[in-house]
Amino acid sequence: MASLVPCPHCGLRPKEEFTIKGAALPRPSPDAGADAWLDHVYLRDNPRGALDEFWHHTSGCRRWLIVSRDTFSHEISACRDAADPAKERS
Amino acid sequence: MRYSALSILMNGLRGNRSWKPAWREPEPKAHYDVIIVGGGGHGLATAYYLAREFGITNVAVLEKGYLGSGNVGRNTTIIRSNYLLPGNNPFYELSLKLWEGLEQDFNFNAMVSQRGVLNLCHSDGQRDAFIRRGNAMRLHGVDAEFLDREAIRRMLPFLGFDNARFPIMGGLLQRRGGTVRHDAVAWGFARGADMRGVDIIQNCEVTGIRQEGGRVTGVETSRGFIACNKLALAAAGNSSRVAAMAGMKLPIESHVLQAFVSEGLKPYIDCVVTFGVGHFYISQSDKGGLVFGGDIDGYNSYAQRGNLAMVEHVIEAGKTMIPGLSRVRVLRSWGGIMDMSMDGSPIIDRTHIDNLYLNAGWCYGGFKATPASGFCFAHLLARGAPQETAAAFRLDRFARGYLIDEDGSGAQPNLH
Ligand SMILES: Cc1cc2nc3c(=O)[nH]c(=O)nc-3n(C[C@H](O)[C@H](O)[C@H](O)COP(=O)(O)OP(=O)(O)OC[C@H]3O[C@@H](n4cnc5c(N)ncnc54)[C@H](O)[C@@H]3O)c2cc1C
Ligand SMILES: [Zn+2]
Repeated sequence: MASLVPCPHCGLRPKEEFTIKGAALPRPSPDAGADAWLDHVYLRDNPRGALDEFWHHTSGCRRWLIVSRDTFSHEISACRDAADPAKERS
Repeated sequence: MRYSALSILMNGLRGNRSWKPAWREPEPKAHYDVIIVGGGGHGLATAYYLAREFGITNVAVLEKGYLGSGNVGRNTTIIRSNYLLPGNNPFYELSLKLWEGLEQDFNFNAMVSQRGVLNLCHSDGQRDAFIRRGNAMRLHGVDAEFLDREAIRRMLPFLGFDNARFPIMGGLLQRRGGTVRHDAVAWGFARGADMRGVDIIQNCEVTGIRQEGGRVTGVETSRGFIACNKLALAAAGNSSRVAAMAGMKLPIESHVLQAFVSEGLKPYIDCVVTFGVGHFYISQSDKGGLVFGGDIDGYNSYAQRGNLAMVEHVIEAGKTMIPGLSRVRVLRSWGGIMDMSMDGSPIIDRTHIDNLYLNAGWCYGGFKATPASGFCFAHLLARGAPQETAAAFRLDRFARGYLIDEDGSGAQPNLH
């Protein structure tokens, strides 16, 4: 993997500074029902290829980021703040 | 041909010219009773026990690469049954018992070596947790001993006992645990299955699962369509991709785990030792190399190679545990893709499709499970009902709330 992660706030930072949460999935509403929550908590597409993930810049700006990565080549194609509304819908 | 001391002698006298290949390389037939996807340890063991225990021999194992190119040939070969939870412990103990008789059973030298597995602890809390696990093991009829610091010092005097932050306070020892020659396990099961009529088909990638009327009729492969009555998935790190061909979304993420081997040394470490700090474990192969590893890298990956950050972490932990390691040169490192399940425990079950069966979620610990996994999966395929020690490994346990989470770390595969 590219060992450097392009944090939108801190620039290129080593991977060791980050805590990885996993797939960046939209959270169902509290009353979405058991099936929607089962899917959200336990089931994963687990693609071989492009994947968006939540990464926390623990030893940096401490912002939650969305890192777009290829799970086979380990290349990072984009990295943005998770609260960035404009791009979240894309 | 049965292997024996006599066969070695006789073949030697004939100039070793009459050895036969250990298995055939057949063309795929048009139809099989059972097709197993994945020629790793679990797929091959399943085929072996289907033929040997349950008399089902019209079976094919389809492997996309060469036999043993997956995790069965990449792991650090540790076997043990030191589990805490009821859903896990009897199953891994069945596996250890099968290991104990395996070489006689499949007539192949797999170098099963019960050299002991020792888990070190470094705090009062960790010690209490280990003693609790040891007690749970003994209640299940499994051997476990808690060793104090001095007993460990006599066994392994070169450990860093007095590290200011992580002093060694004791350890949980399972003497019946140990190591096994991993490649030989694949070869032994392959040969045993082949001898009984199973077709092992290498370089045959499954690319699609064909269904009709809610049943699987066969698989599309890189070598054409092959029909089957029952389809059994045992694709380890690629489980999600194969299951997706049947429209399934699994409670699994694929992660990379690395391992390392040093240059060959004289006999140094005569058991498996694990460090309770961060995570580090080490043993010495019969060739003399120190075989060691640590945690998974922590991000989803299908790359079979890891990151330098984890290399540094593992080697730091290793040097903390054994200061003398700083003088050892690493020979090579590699990675394998783990099917990390959401609770850290495996799945051996039927699926929503009547004749489709799933064996997956082995995380970083599926090598030790190989014989029992094969046995229990074969049982399920042949009898239609789970083998009793594997009954908890259900696919619907996530929906029903019956998780088997040894670590208690929740639905976060990179923490298991
Ligand atoms: C570095 C490392 C260290 C480990 N250490 C230990 C250890 O000390 N103890 C322990 O118990 N476990 C250990 N493990 C875990 C263990 O190796 C695995 O859990 C276990 O080997 C998985 O089962 P398998 O042998 O069937 O997998 P594999 O050998 O990976 O078999 C799966 C096979 O499926 C094939 N396949 C995938 N997709 C397709 C397709 N579409 N068509 C056809 N074939 C396909 C693959 O090519 C592969 O050969 C370790 C793993 C790694 C990577
Ligand atoms: Zn940052």
